Amino acid sequence: MNVANEKMVHDLLKPIGYGKGFLIWMSFLTVALIACLYAYTIQLKVGLGVTGLRDYVSWGIYIANFVFFVATSLIGMLISAVLGLTQIKWASPLARIAEIISLAFAAVAGLVIISDMGRPDRFTYLFLYGRIQSPIIWDVTVVTTYVVISTLLLYLPMIPDIALCRDRLTHVPKWQRKLYEILAVNWQNNEQQQRIIRQGVKTLLILIIPVALAIHTVTSWLFAVTHRPGWDSTIFGPYFVTGAFVSGTAAVIIAMYVFRKIYHLEQYITFDLFDKVGKLLVLVSLVYLYFNINEYLVPVYKMKHADAAHLHELFQGRFAILYWSVQLGGLLVPIILLLFKPMRKPLPLFVVAIFVIIGAWFKRYLIVIPTMQHPFLPIQNVPIEYQIYKPTLIEVAITIAPIILVLMIITILSKTFPVLPVQEVESHEDN
Amino acid sequence: MGNIRTGLKNASRRKFLQQLALWSGGTVLAGGAVASALHYEHKKKGAAHIKEIADHVHQLKINEEALSELQRRGREGISGKRWIWVIDLAKCKNARRCMSACQQAHHLRPEQSHMNVLVMQASEHTPAYYMPKPCQHCDNPPCVSVCPVDATFKRQDGVVLIDNQRCIGCRFCIAACPYNARMFNWIEPLYAKEDANMEYNVELNLPQRKGTITKCLMSADRLREGKLPYCVSACPNGVYWFGDENEDVVTNGTTHETMRLSELLEKNGAYQLMPELGTKPRVYYLPPKDRSMPVKEEDKKIANESYIILKVNGNTL
Repeated sequence: MNVANEKMVHDLLKPIGYGKGFLIWMSFLTVALIACLYAYTIQLKVGLGVTGLRDYVSWGIYIANFVFFVATSLIGMLISAVLGLTQIKWASPLARIAEIISLAFAAVAGLVIISDMGRPDRFTYLFLYGRIQSPIIWDVTVVTTYVVISTLLLYLPMIPDIALCRDRLTHVPKWQRKLYEILAVNWQNNEQQQRIIRQGVKTLLILIIPVALAIHTVTSWLFAVTHRPGWDSTIFGPYFVTGAFVSGTAAVIIAMYVFRKIYHLEQYITFDLFDKVGKLLVLVSLVYLYFNINEYLVPVYKMKHADAAHLHELFQGRFAILYWSVQLGGLLVPIILLLFKPMRKPLPLFVVAIFVIIGAWFKRYLIVIPTMQHPFLPIQNVPIEYQIYKPTLIEVAITIAPIILVLMIITILSKTFPVLPVQEVESHEDN
Repeated sequence: MGNIRTGLKNASRRKFLQQLALWSGGTVLAGGAVASALHYEHKKKGAAHIKEIADHVHQLKINEEALSELQRRGREGISGKRWIWVIDLAKCKNARRCMSACQQAHHLRPEQSHMNVLVMQASEHTPAYYMPKPCQHCDNPPCVSVCPVDATFKRQDGVVLIDNQRCIGCRFCIAACPYNARMFNWIEPLYAKEDANMEYNVELNLPQRKGTITKCLMSADRLREGKLPYCVSACPNGVYWFGDENEDVVTNGTTHETMRLSELLEKNGAYQLMPELGTKPRVYYLPPKDRSMPVKEEDKKIANESYIILKVNGNTL
């Protein structure tokens, strides 16, 4: 190994370890999480009545959050599998960041859905009495599968790096060394081991594509199988999947920027890499814009009675400000801005990505809530809080809890393992 | 050389076995999915043919051992019957006795209306009218299709019930129902303490449970006793006709007059709510013509507002 390589390995392994900054950040997250979990205990005791949900808008920000989580978790499939299998080399250093994000969001998505259940104590009924006709059962099945494959897809290619940690990181606590030793499964970097990993990873990369498509398509079917205006759409599957790539790419950009700054990886997460991911964000956003046009323009042209009410509320009614902020600020303006090269530099791209991801969250809000606000029959004979949905403080806290959990998982993973795959960066540098 | 050949042979055998396992696994999974989907469709179709259903009653019982006697017969329904409901909108004066009788019977909160009398207006220049709206007990119920745990189900006599000992509170059925027929116990039910020791009767859905769905049950408990539903008997204005489709007979809840169902539907130009959705409701409506009572002014306003929410000024978009 030459000097340059030696420095690279040193730099990539340097962020590992639980320093002061890590402890402060994690304590902050823990305190916040405890506060949010306290809110959940109130909900458990009193019931879902502590939320703004009522009989008409019976799915609210929990479900919007769930859709957002599943969406963001799709990025691993795009970066590792789609770009990986098509041999798009520049993306390979990002594979691990994408997989960490995927795993964190997918694993927590299951918890998000439990927070929405009226009877979480009966969660096991899904397995005891599950009926295959229900899209919820499909969702549970594919999300679980996706979490398993994502874990493997994070772990398998990481084994050589774990072995590197095992061999190089002698100063770390004993339990951590033990952890590397176990996880490295006696990796000796010989040819046979390399072949097994290569084959295993390739199989996983192929497997994850249909599974990832399935999780978000099925999630969209939770809505599309109903008759309600705004949900009763045949393009909901691809509409959701393309939207997922937008929020996922934004999440990767944010993670890239933060890791680059905090872990001092300026030399490895390069301007060029940001430039290319910026272009990727433009591409996926354009595809999503295309589906948006289909999803909204076709019903607008026809103005069927029930659709019209829904669209009216979105375009110029109660949800108009949110709708246009999301569509312009979270989609159209970012596309235009990122067409200019200076905007694809780390800081501006990071800022744009934050707008995109916030827009992506509220887009899910706009998919879930306005439709429920407009049933076919009028809402009558109920108190005012039944007529208009307003999330409560407790509900917001319970919605934030999974986000905190995702941040914790990402932090721990990125402090335990190198966030950039050493081998990939190596071959990248060589090129 | 020999080694290589055996190696190749082994490799190809391994590959063959791998593929075999993959294909057979896939086939079993796909087969299972198709079989259970067919079984489900069969069940739904069966609801329209009593004889067929009678043969398959045992298939309808789910986890029989685990269910109480009340639950078992509640899930089965009353054999030979196909309950049907006819609501005469010309007669409704918005007395709302149906609503209160129902709420009393099922221990509901005031905002929970299994039977909800709405003020409706079909389009801009058509008059307002009162429309009692129960669960439509659809023959192709979207709520039953989406339920992940078989908590809501369709019985052989046409009734759609909810088992709150099974319900996990996911509210997918609320999202799926186009008639807003379903309600949720967002907090502890009204008589939670009083009803705590009651044995659960799925036909009455009592005791109500926090975190589960509640809905119109066509008063399945009354039907078992040979009585008319609570709301039907409570109506002072002769709005409700209730009966058995198989016998082609319906009885008026107020006057106890009996009529042939087919005749009643035909003479009055009966219709159903949103039949275009393909839900096949078991509730028929008779149009509000020659009404016995005009709609109150303030209700007209509500009807109009309700309509406007669904209305768009074509010029602005």
